[in-house]
Amino acid sequence: MHPVLAGFLAALAVGPLVLPEFYVTLLNYIGLYSIVALGLVLLTGVGGLTSFGQAAFVGVGAYTTAFLTTTPAAELPAWLAVFGSSPWVALAVGLVLTAAIALVLGFLTLRLSGHYLPLGTIAWGISLYFLFGNVGFLGGHTGISGIPVLEVFGTELRESRHFYYLIWLVLLGAVWLTRNLLDSREGRAIRALKGGTVMAEAMGVDTARSKTVIFLIAALFACVSGWLYAHLQRFVNPTPFGLHIGIEYLFMAVIGGAANVWGALVGAGVITILKQWLQDVLPTIFGASGNFEVIVFGLLMILVLHRAREGLWPLLTRLVPTRERARSVPAAAPLPRGVQAGNGDLLLEVTDAVKKFGGLVANDRMGLSVRAGEIMALIGPNGAGKSTMFNLISGVSPPTSGSVRFRGEEIAGLTSREIARRGMSRTFQHVRLLPTMTVLENVAIGAHLRGRRGVAAASLHLERSEEAQLLAEAARQIEHVGLAEHMFDQAGSLALGKQRIVEIARALASDPCLLLLDEPAAGLRYLEKQALAGLLRKLRGEGMGILLVEHDMDFVMGLADRVVVMEFGKKIAEGLPEHVQNDPAVVEAYLGGVD
Amino acid sequence: MDLQIALLLGQDGVVNGAIYALLALALVLVFAVTRVIFIPQGEFVAFGALTLASFQVGRTPGTLWLLLGMGAAVAAIDIALALKSGARRRIPQIAFWNLVYPLLAAGLVFFANPQQWPLALQVVAALAIVVPLGPMIYRLAYQPLAEATVLVLLIVSIAVHLTLVGLGLLFFGAEGSRTTPFSEASFDLGGIIVNGQTLWVIGASAVLIVVLYVFFERTLYGKALRATAINRTGARLMGISTVMAGKLSFLLAAAIGAFSGVLIAPITTVYYDTGFLIGLKGFVGAIVGGLASYPVAAAGAILVGLLESFSSFWASAFKEVIVFTLIIPVLVWRSLTTHHVEEDE
Repeated sequence: MHPVLAGFLAALAVGPLVLPEFYVTLLNYIGLYSIVALGLVLLTGVGGLTSFGQAAFVGVGAYTTAFLTTTPAAELPAWLAVFGSSPWVALAVGLVLTAAIALVLGFLTLRLSGHYLPLGTIAWGISLYFLFGNVGFLGGHTGISGIPVLEVFGTELRESRHFYYLIWLVLLGAVWLTRNLLDSREGRAIRALKGGTVMAEAMGVDTARSKTVIFLIAALFACVSGWLYAHLQRFVNPTPFGLHIGIEYLFMAVIGGAANVWGALVGAGVITILKQWLQDVLPTIFGASGNFEVIVFGLLMILVLHRAREGLWPLLTRLVPTRERARSVPAAAPLPRGVQAGNGDLLLEVTDAVKKFGGLVANDRMGLSVRAGEIMALIGPNGAGKSTMFNLISGVSPPTSGSVRFRGEEIAGLTSREIARRGMSRTFQHVRLLPTMTVLENVAIGAHLRGRRGVAAASLHLERSEEAQLLAEAARQIEHVGLAEHMFDQAGSLALGKQRIVEIARALASDPCLLLLDEPAAGLRYLEKQALAGLLRKLRGEGMGILLVEHDMDFVMGLADRVVVMEFGKKIAEGLPEHVQNDPAVVEAYLGGVD
Repeated sequence: MDLQIALLLGQDGVVNGAIYALLALALVLVFAVTRVIFIPQGEFVAFGALTLASFQVGRTPGTLWLLLGMGAAVAAIDIALALKSGARRRIPQIAFWNLVYPLLAAGLVFFANPQQWPLALQVVAALAIVVPLGPMIYRLAYQPLAEATVLVLLIVSIAVHLTLVGLGLLFFGAEGSRTTPFSEASFDLGGIIVNGQTLWVIGASAVLIVVLYVFFERTLYGKALRATAINRTGARLMGISTVMAGKLSFLLAAAIGAFSGVLIAPITTVYYDTGFLIGLKGFVGAIVGGLASYPVAAAGAILVGLLESFSSFWASAFKEVIVFTLIIPVLVWRSLTTHHVEEDE
């Protein structure tokens, strides 16, 4: 454990014994807000989504327990009365309710582009606020009072210094779960969301599921915070669950540093203390009372987004010397491999593939085939339709008609995730690595489909043996492509040529038998190209089928076993490199007609 | 409910819907050109209405101080940048729009006693103070982040919204205001009373929509904005400045917002925070149009207005809940019909 963290935990434990009541209460609120902000760190900082409606989820947690614990059992509907009026049952009911709402909202908005979720949550936040204020059995705008004291192991948490320990234990537990989750296969899938859906899906990540998971977790954290709040205050009314508080939660996460779990605590602390102070100071300056602190919060937020988009946490960590982390990959048994193709087996066969965009025929009755242990190159001038062909093979956009068979099975129309599962993997023309993650973690994303343990196991770190196997596999592929010395470097710090090789390692980690490479030599220097060609020959020697889309004639001619040439969406030549090179149609396509 | 009431509610709904339609158009415009989801749109409604109301009761509107302050800030930044890059020739223009113009406005307000002016002149003065805030806000809050993601820009919008609402409370206090109507006339159309202001709102909205249409179809600047909306990089390569496009779209949005405020101030009491809900309802209309289509957004906004007025009759406490729940079926429909492939932003 880092000494600063140890010191912080010790101070937290001693705090309520020495601090005056006022500060303990303040810390209680910071803890409650941090739980909500932590969910937003996961959602916004890590996943690149956001919600302004977290306060409404807090409200669901608070109102559920307020209603269930204050209504006499006789007045509850029979199916609820069975559960009695225990706060713990109310917590469970609140969590189920929250999960149901979050799933519905997520289903509605997460498949649309990124800004529909925040807009949906604004509407939901406002609706729920008015609902709380207008429904008779929830007490209207006056709210519900007389919520019972919480009892833990026979101790009544009546005083705020007792409640303090419960709040901070829950918060630290939530931090622990979140950190565990992020450091796992599921966590890498979540972090991959920021790198764009196309890459994550091609590596087999169900991005809609990952988005739903983080939205759900953020909502559940908020609900727990609301439940604690209700039993701390022992009174609820709609005010703390309105949209403006939902916005404040987001500010906490962004100002603290949305990319790190501890950023949530920093943000919640800064905003809570600042608000307290501003509410004392501003009315005397302006000579009137009102929520003037929002002016400062708004300006502060704009300033942070302009000057320190990563929030305060990275600025703080610069002050503390970091310790060198353990830099080794644990030894683990190799992952089981899929059925391998025999050398020379037909892997991919495209026949009569047509792709139309409106009136434009980008691919016209194209055909090609790739066998195991062979490098097939697809070449052609700009705009010939090579990338379209690549996209319809890899499942990014399905062909209008025609057939794509992979190992004897029709795959036209399958999603890229389903195709990845069948043993085809790819790289991208514009490198799509996650620049702040290490090379090892980036490559481990490629092995996503080879693990199966879920979010719950990852949060509790019950999947460590599988995780070790995945990392060992990633490390093996990094060594395989010759980048062992960069294993723990940030992917973004590598030169372009090496980043392209990392992409190949990531593709290899999925245990493919066919590799699709989209212009792997683009932008590489001579020596880098030679290294790449060497690697591809080595993979071919191991029985891998490789389909190469490339511009660079010299690179292709020295490497490919067979070549298909495209122009204007049609195949104009096919055969051995030397044969194709002398084909008059190819010469004309590349150099123009000879008059 | 009889026909009489239905017609009254319908009239109410169309009036509100016309305002929402104007706001929805402005939101679609700003989003298409700058990718900013312009939450502070509603604050311009409130500022426009309350500035006019301040004139009518003989108070100095607080928005004037905002104009002076933001003008000074923009001038300070832009002049410093101009000096640094050696573009001294730009300085007079910067100084005029950000320092001289606000001071002229202040001089008029202080010495020419706007309380005595005719209504039309008061409206012009209110717009002259509020509308320039649009491009200034773009310059200060959004322009440094023009290349950021939609999400970051949305968070900035929320921050700007909060700041403006706080300032609105500071400037205008917590009490609401109403202004004198443009017209006191009322007409009896087959048993329903239609008053003049209603016709003003509907007529002015219709005219404004036509003007916007002509602007986008026929003028060079309108075409430049459309080009930027379709392809920012491409527009830039054709020599269209994205900064200019951003400022222009914010200017239009501010003008539409402030004018909407002036239109509704005689029929509804406007508070410092009224704008937010009005703006959001324009938003619901815009979402119906997928933040892309102007006619669908306008139709959606009219629908929101009608839904609001009828639900305030049947279940007035749940009026807001019903209106905001409208976006759920819209989102369902959109998520089922859009096959969204996300590419690099």
